[in-house]
Amino acid sequence: MNEILSFTKNIQFSLGDATLEISYVIASILFIFGLKMLSHPDTARKGNIWAAIGMGLAILATLLFHRMDGEPIGNLGFIITAIVLGTIIGWVVAMKVKMTAMPQLVSLFNGMGGGAAALISIIEFQHLARLGEAVSMGSGLMLAILLGLMIGSVSFAGSMIAFGKLDDRIGDIRNPIMRYINIGFLLVLIGFIVYIMTRGTIMPESMLPVLYIMFIIALIYGVSFVMPIGGADMPVVISLLNSFTGVAAAMGGFLYNNQAMLTGGILVGSAGTILTILMCNAMNRSLFNVIVGAFGGSAGGVDKEKGAVKEISISDTAVLMAYSRKVVIIPGYGLAVAQAQHLCHELERILEEKGVEVSYAIHPVAGRMPGHMNVLLAEADVAYEKLVEMDDANPDMPNTDVVVVIGANDVVNPAAEDDPSSPIYGMPIIKAYQARNTIVMKRGMGMGYAAIENYLFFSDKTRMLFGNAKDSLQKLVTELKSL
Amino acid sequence: MESVLEFFYLHREAIFIVILSIFLGVEVISHVPAILHTPLMSGANAIHGVVIIGAIIVMGHAKDSLSMILGFLAVVLGTLNVVGGFVVTDRMLEMFRKKNKK
Repeated sequence: MNEILSFTKNIQFSLGDATLEISYVIASILFIFGLKMLSHPDTARKGNIWAAIGMGLAILATLLFHRMDGEPIGNLGFIITAIVLGTIIGWVVAMKVKMTAMPQLVSLFNGMGGGAAALISIIEFQHLARLGEAVSMGSGLMLAILLGLMIGSVSFAGSMIAFGKLDDRIGDIRNPIMRYINIGFLLVLIGFIVYIMTRGTIMPESMLPVLYIMFIIALIYGVSFVMPIGGADMPVVISLLNSFTGVAAAMGGFLYNNQAMLTGGILVGSAGTILTILMCNAMNRSLFNVIVGAFGGSAGGVDKEKGAVKEISISDTAVLMAYSRKVVIIPGYGLAVAQAQHLCHELERILEEKGVEVSYAIHPVAGRMPGHMNVLLAEADVAYEKLVEMDDANPDMPNTDVVVVIGANDVVNPAAEDDPSSPIYGMPIIKAYQARNTIVMKRGMGMGYAAIENYLFFSDKTRMLFGNAKDSLQKLVTELKSL
Repeated sequence: MESVLEFFYLHREAIFIVILSIFLGVEVISHVPAILHTPLMSGANAIHGVVIIGAIIVMGHAKDSLSMILGFLAVVLGTLNVVGGFVVTDRMLEMFRKKNKK
């Protein structure tokens, strides 16, 4: 960008130029307001639409008025074809996907943005190479290109792996060596940037192979960055990759001196980082801890007296519930997987008809994304006021007759409170063990995502109801109706 | 050293924007309730789709076929990010709104 700016007097100021910049300012304001409105339940939907209008405006203005060295945007036919293609695919996929698959979809779209950022960097470098002139490699422009390439590629590859993991297509690789490998990759990538930028004034063409190797290493790093991170931490990773993509987009802003890209990118970069930290806080883990992937590494733990697991029949459960005063449902990802949120709502309705007070206690990280449970239950028409956040639900636990844990595990594991050797020690939990009775609906005795034993299941107050959450709930509803 | 200073001087406005945007991003979302984390993440995800502008610029000035192909791909990816992101967010939020009405 330096070179162009030194010829400022050659740039002509036209109505189109002014319109473009004004559009960018308006778009930036819409992004900021959109994001602000997205953080309040009442205005959230409007905020999203405002941000989308801002985006549309920025895109339209770029297509119509953007000039580079006096040249307007060419290849319009191809660009519009690409936009139409992307719109159709994006729209269809976004409309068709099930609500349970929402987290992986966000990850997928995030990866697309990262990929676009990386491609832009590659094309810009090739463009420099084709000019056939020696260029100073130690420029800010080069730094923006290289950082955009590196961050964009890591975000793209990482998001694809996160998508695969959430979709249960890819397993974890948990090995302590991974953390050293990852630190190694990071150092190598920084080494590449330093190497390229300290070449002095040379023909960029000679650096093209180096750039391609760097691109490939960045992709591999993205994969190995996400591989060791456990599924329970995926939301944090997606949020982190989301802010990465924001920064990669902002690099494009530096590249083209484009304020809309700069504001939008950095805004998401910083908001994404804060969101990541908020999520980490909800799990009482440091970001470093999540990235290094220390989770599940030492699955030791004190060997407590386990006692036997006590099962309960459907009819006993129905009777127990029907004659309770207060029932609290704790949903987890198992509920989402079984697609049982509608049945859950039906259970709640029948119990309410019988005069039982029913509410849902939502752990901040229940499901695979913070707020994921709320989205799912909202889909099933569960009233907004019935969803109680963990901190408000806990004081009421000793007064609760029956807690029904549906497909949740780690978020009700008392080890988080009393076993300092547990990997989840210190994570806030829903204190289900304080309730008078606990019923756990579970497919089997398998462990939760953190792969640690849950002593709640062996408590004297706990009864297990084995089976698929959907079947169990269906039978329970039928049983309750006949009572 | 000189080139660093030159970069700083030439891009001082951009650097101001970056710094202020960082604070703005933190300020704007630090009081968000946990239930909105997913839609907010998704909405922010759509906003960084602004990278599509870069893709359009690059494609708009592409001369050779390699740049054309990569640029076309970049525009498609960027559009997917934007459109998919906003539509998914809207779908999530639609459910919340339906609840608030009743």
